[in-house]
Amino acid sequence: MIAEIGLVLLWLAAALAMLQLLSGAWSLTGKDGTDELRAETAGMVRPVAVMQGVLAALSFAMLAWLFVRTDLSVLLVALNSHSDKPFIFKLAGTWGNHEGSMLLWATVMGLAGALVALVERRLPEKTIVATLAAQAFVSLGFYAFLLFSSNPFERISPVPADGNGLNPLLQDIGLAFHPPTLYFGYVGLSVAFSFAVGALITREVGPAFARAMRPWVLGAWIFLTVGITAGSYWAYYELGWGGWWFWDPVENASLMPWLAATALLHSAGVLAARDALRTWTIMLGVVAFSMSMVGTFLVRSGILTSVHAFAVDPERGSFILVLLAIYIGGALTLFGLRAATVTEGKQFAAVSREASLVFNNVALTAILAIVLLGTLYPLVTEAFGTRVSIGPPYFNPMGAVFALPMMVVMAIGPLLRWRDDRFGRVGRALILPGLATIAVLVATLVLAPGIGVLPLLGLALAVGLAIASVIPLFGRNLRRTPLPIWGMVVSHLGLAVAVGGMASESAFSTERLVAAQVGDTVTVGPWSIELAAVEPVAGPNWTALQADMQASYEGGAPTQMLPQSRTFTSPPQTTSESALHTRWNGQLYTVIGELGEDGRWQLRLWWKPFVPLIWLGGLLVALGGALALVGRIISGWRRQYQARRIAMRREERPVGDLR
Amino acid sequence: MAAAVKAKHQRLVLLVIALVVLIGAGLLAAWALRNQASYFYVPSDIASDPPEAGRAIRLGGMVQEGSIQRQADGVTIDFVVGDGKAVVPVRFSGITPDLFVEGSGVVAEGHMMPDGTFLADNLLAKHDENYMPRELADMSDAQAKEVVAETE
Repeated sequence: MIAEIGLVLLWLAAALAMLQLLSGAWSLTGKDGTDELRAETAGMVRPVAVMQGVLAALSFAMLAWLFVRTDLSVLLVALNSHSDKPFIFKLAGTWGNHEGSMLLWATVMGLAGALVALVERRLPEKTIVATLAAQAFVSLGFYAFLLFSSNPFERISPVPADGNGLNPLLQDIGLAFHPPTLYFGYVGLSVAFSFAVGALITREVGPAFARAMRPWVLGAWIFLTVGITAGSYWAYYELGWGGWWFWDPVENASLMPWLAATALLHSAGVLAARDALRTWTIMLGVVAFSMSMVGTFLVRSGILTSVHAFAVDPERGSFILVLLAIYIGGALTLFGLRAATVTEGKQFAAVSREASLVFNNVALTAILAIVLLGTLYPLVTEAFGTRVSIGPPYFNPMGAVFALPMMVVMAIGPLLRWRDDRFGRVGRALILPGLATIAVLVATLVLAPGIGVLPLLGLALAVGLAIASVIPLFGRNLRRTPLPIWGMVVSHLGLAVAVGGMASESAFSTERLVAAQVGDTVTVGPWSIELAAVEPVAGPNWTALQADMQASYEGGAPTQMLPQSRTFTSPPQTTSESALHTRWNGQLYTVIGELGEDGRWQLRLWWKPFVPLIWLGGLLVALGGALALVGRIISGWRRQYQARRIAMRREERPVGDLR
Repeated sequence: MAAAVKAKHQRLVLLVIALVVLIGAGLLAAWALRNQASYFYVPSDIASDPPEAGRAIRLGGMVQEGSIQRQADGVTIDFVVGDGKAVVPVRFSGITPDLFVEGSGVVAEGHMMPDGTFLADNLLAKHDENYMPRELADMSDAQAKEVVAETE
């Protein structure tokens, strides 16, 4: 019964989305205030959007319930779950598959639309109606996809004795929350896209639009940042390869929307504060959403083979491709038709905060283009029968060409004034970061002469940027500094920290690959590690061989490390569980391989100085975003509250009433 | 400069700058893609048109029966990859994937050495039914057809 209720709820939500689109579109066709019926229809759009979100959420709740109960008469549950899995993985199984993750997407999108309908009061009503209609249009595509080619509630007969289980690689607490995090990001960008479409249709591209859109972009950006950081850390410790970024198409699928969102966030900031970059902001809104759709297409269409590609059904791939073409093509057409009607915003000088933000916007877009081309190139050549793969030798230097100058401008930009400034005014503030950069450059060259160019520049610029990023706080009353300023400082500092970690990891890591007998001691970097024992252990749905290593840092007291080679039964698969030990100055990473014929165990050991800074930096970036978001929301509420009080006073004592 | 940008057509100037940078990025990317792309080879490709030594490529094929030999250091293995027409010796140092066995498919990332041995940095084997390197999935189909053709 639960499955049928879920399906009915999904159909109802789809019907409401259709109603939301049609009523919104129809109410916009007439002229302002001339038509009573159209005004009433427009008034209906908000409640319908709220209801649509609620129904989609209920439908998702039904699926989650089926997974928690492990109702094996439902095909999706039978394929992806197992009765003896721990509770949290049963729940995570809901979205750990193609159909469930698409339902999650539609649900989050519905809830986001509901939230816009409930709280957004700053824009003209027409713009909101157009925005919600655009949002319904996007949602409808996903509902159609679910209902016609990916029904999550399909029954199976006869009912199997037990389920297939969840891919062991995905049975990890971090990964249980990784997909939803990225989806919140993607969906946030779809809201930003809807706002852009709404503003284009009603010709309301201005600071008010930027202020309404900004919290959504910020929210999406925070989720994407956390999602990418968590995904990177997951790949690092779960795959047992010691790498933290592989330029895998699936990773790029999350990086590209992030790059676009970062650019959009900053250009929306310029539009909100200075009423410049109007067309550019709209364009980025379209690009950012397109990138999240491209990401979904790459990941979900089965065109790539990876743990993420659940759907290998070509019909589904074509369905997503058609959706992609409709959305992006439609948005670009609308943009082409309306962009000329967007009047030019305020101007600014070549040395100004706007100009520095433009520089970084263009650089981010260029990096986006590089990543996009590198990701799509193998797909294009494969269509012509040549198989290639594109890896770090392409992405690293090409990305750095734009990323390194961007870091320099990032250090200077926040110090510049809006509209017009001189370098002379900010020159003195930049002496310290400049000197620090040069000092690190020289010191690294002297101490580590063999270092690569990219890690060297990365390290030096990271130190300079870290110092420069806190300079905007100097001379301010810290208690009165607005939260968004704190957010900017923390985010920029976070980026410097992350880049420092990346540079240090690639320059100073040491690796040992050895075969060792129990009792042997192996050294890697400053560590000496004794393989004390190898013993079998068992978990709820796996068995493993676990190495007991006693690791000692420069002869200090030993730390126990317990890497495992795990064997799962349903589905049958073996994974390496690495063991990590974190110190303030780096991380020791240990993996156990197989037993050789001569009784020696294969061990793979890394000492990675300052590697945790990568993810710490990522989290700081996200924290900065969160601070800015809270600051923006509070100031938005305050403004609304004051506007309402002024309106109330006017009502109490109408202007011109001289009694 | 400031005066020039302040002129009436600032939007046009910005548009041109953005376009120039983006087209530049595109050209740079196209150039780098041609140089850095790692091509996929099967042993008969290597026999007929050997790639230059040191260039990053990927090699796919079947691990030949009885060819896996572990070296004295315990972590280096030598094996032979074949596709029915030609064979290539491969050397790899590291922990092999779980389903790396003789008579099974493998994709190796690495480069050719001057002596004609393929030095693998990474091995991709079939993880399970749902996750295998794309080349392997296609290769198995082709091989299945070959077997059918032989038995007919």
